[in-house]
Amino acid sequence: MMAHLILRVTIKLLFAPIIVFALYVQFHGEYGPGGGFQAGVIFAAAFVLHALGFGLDETKKVLPPKVLPWLMVTGVMLYAGTGVATMLLGENFLDYDILQPDSHHHAGQHIGIILVELGVGVAVASTMLTIFYYFAGREPEIRDEDW
Amino acid sequence: MAIPGLEQLPVLPVVIPLVAAPLTLLMKPGRAPWAWATLVSWVTFVVTLLLLEAVWVHGPVEYAMGGWGAPEGMSAPIGITYYVDLANALVLTLVAGIASVVFPYAYYSVESEIDHRQTPAFYTALLICFTGLLGVTITGDAFNVFVFLEISSLSTYALIAMGARNDRRALTASFNYLVMGTIGATFYVIGIGLLYQATGTLNMLDLHQQLMGQSNRMVEAGFAFIITGIGLKLAMVPLHLWLPNAYCYAPSAISAFLAATATKVQVYIILRFMFSVFGFEFAFLEVALNAFIVLGIVGMFYASFVAVFRDNVKQMLAYSSIAQIGYMLLGISFGTVDGVAASLIHVFNHALIKAALFMGVGCVVLRLGSSNFAAFNGLAKRMPWTAWGLIISGLSLVGVPLTVGFISKWKLMEAAFQTQTFIPPLLIVLLIGASSLLAAIYIGRLAYAMLLQPVPEDAEPVKEAPHLMRITMWIMVLANIWFFFQTDVTVGVATRAAQALLDTGLGYGGAY
Repeated sequence: MMAHLILRVTIKLLFAPIIVFALYVQFHGEYGPGGGFQAGVIFAAAFVLHALGFGLDETKKVLPPKVLPWLMVTGVMLYAGTGVATMLLGENFLDYDILQPDSHHHAGQHIGIILVELGVGVAVASTMLTIFYYFAGREPEIRDEDW
Repeated sequence: MAIPGLEQLPVLPVVIPLVAAPLTLLMKPGRAPWAWATLVSWVTFVVTLLLLEAVWVHGPVEYAMGGWGAPEGMSAPIGITYYVDLANALVLTLVAGIASVVFPYAYYSVESEIDHRQTPAFYTALLICFTGLLGVTITGDAFNVFVFLEISSLSTYALIAMGARNDRRALTASFNYLVMGTIGATFYVIGIGLLYQATGTLNMLDLHQQLMGQSNRMVEAGFAFIITGIGLKLAMVPLHLWLPNAYCYAPSAISAFLAATATKVQVYIILRFMFSVFGFEFAFLEVALNAFIVLGIVGMFYASFVAVFRDNVKQMLAYSSIAQIGYMLLGISFGTVDGVAASLIHVFNHALIKAALFMGVGCVVLRLGSSNFAAFNGLAKRMPWTAWGLIISGLSLVGVPLTVGFISKWKLMEAAFQTQTFIPPLLIVLLIGASSLLAAIYIGRLAYAMLLQPVPEDAEPVKEAPHLMRITMWIMVLANIWFFFQTDVTVGVATRAAQALLDTGLGYGGAY
């Protein structure tokens, strides 16, 4: 129980700031360096760190692997859905201006890019974690029925 | 673009499968993902047909992604555009058409070859691969081609690796393809980087405009990188080694789908870059055309020769595909309207032929569990529908009249007679004939095994393949015959497409 105490306490301290930083990169990507992809990777990194310190099983309790495909799909659908929405509103695919057509300072562009980047972030984070779960949880010899 | 109500048409072939793919992942294993993928392929096919018709009637169609078209006072768009003319409308229709037949076919084959729980993931990857292939074809942006190329390639690697349940060699085959494919894509993107450096644009038509009269080392290197990179993806002869195993160990439905679409799309990219982007003003083009004659002829003979000695029918067909790519390169290398048209016709016809053949082999694999020659002994008695389907599409591959293969060979020879290359036209025609004889040998070997070899004595009785597989396979076989009589469709569209490509290549219109 007391093994790796310093590491575990450090990880507990770092976990929340990493998530906050990921959210910062996510929502600041519109103005500065960053964006969905980087944010997704940072977000996933927090959980990878958790798994390294507390073991894969503990992390899987926090974020069950079953949730991940749903998150992946949500991410892609958020992105593509934004595009489809702009098409249904009568403009080209991903033409964000139609989301707020009356705005003089392109508010539609802001809304659109935030939605799309959020989709990218969710998809990337869940995909990174899926890959990590599969690699980290790999059994030494793959059973035949797993093919 | 002045077709009311159809403004969104050019983006739909990419958006429909792209939106459908992730949803497939959440479905229950079994019938649902398959039915969904099939439905999507049919809808996409209808959309591509409408697009082909729109382009045939109204001329090329352009679509600005996100509304980032040309700003006022400028002619070239600032964002990504989709640009559809007859050449890519034809390839789009081909890819979607093949998908709309192969996806329904896949059901039983996939159920037997892939773990039941993996089926949602399988169809997701299949739809993503489909999206990528359509995207590569439809886009008018050189970098966007790379993105879609990666989308289709990455999903293809996964799909090929899924053959590992039957044969672990699928894993090495997939890994080989991954390494080679990545090198190819890297070469392509290096080439694009050099062109971007030289011109400051990534839009294909704008590139054409900016590259006019430019011929320096950087542009030449960019051109060489692009052609080599795509050549790798295309399995052009010295770069073909990834293909036979990838097609051989992939699940049967994937072999049929890839053999009929993946390399065809690459042929289109080569055409697009050679004629639409670079054009004849670019003196270096001549070097590539001459290289293609040699590579085409070497490929025709070398790969056909290897195919004769294969013991696995899938591998034999894979080598035959490499040989057929030789014919397509030969058509391009003439640099004439007839030659390019012959190449496009062969792209179309060969897709029909190879889809039918691989679907037939898939039926045999389903029932007999093997694609070795031994499994085909006496097949005409055991599974007559499959065997005769294979024989008819095999004859089409050889180029026998009443099948589409004949149209391909005929048009190619006709084009060869009218060209001026460093090899005398008559010799080229004779070489085409001679390499067809090689095809006759390996198809003959297959037909011999099926028709004249006795059924092994200890063989258990087998049922014919399920109706669904037989019907879809025979749709392809009958398409092989139907398009012999309906040459207006293929030859008409291909000739006009080739004319448009070469007009741009010669500098008449087409660009901004």
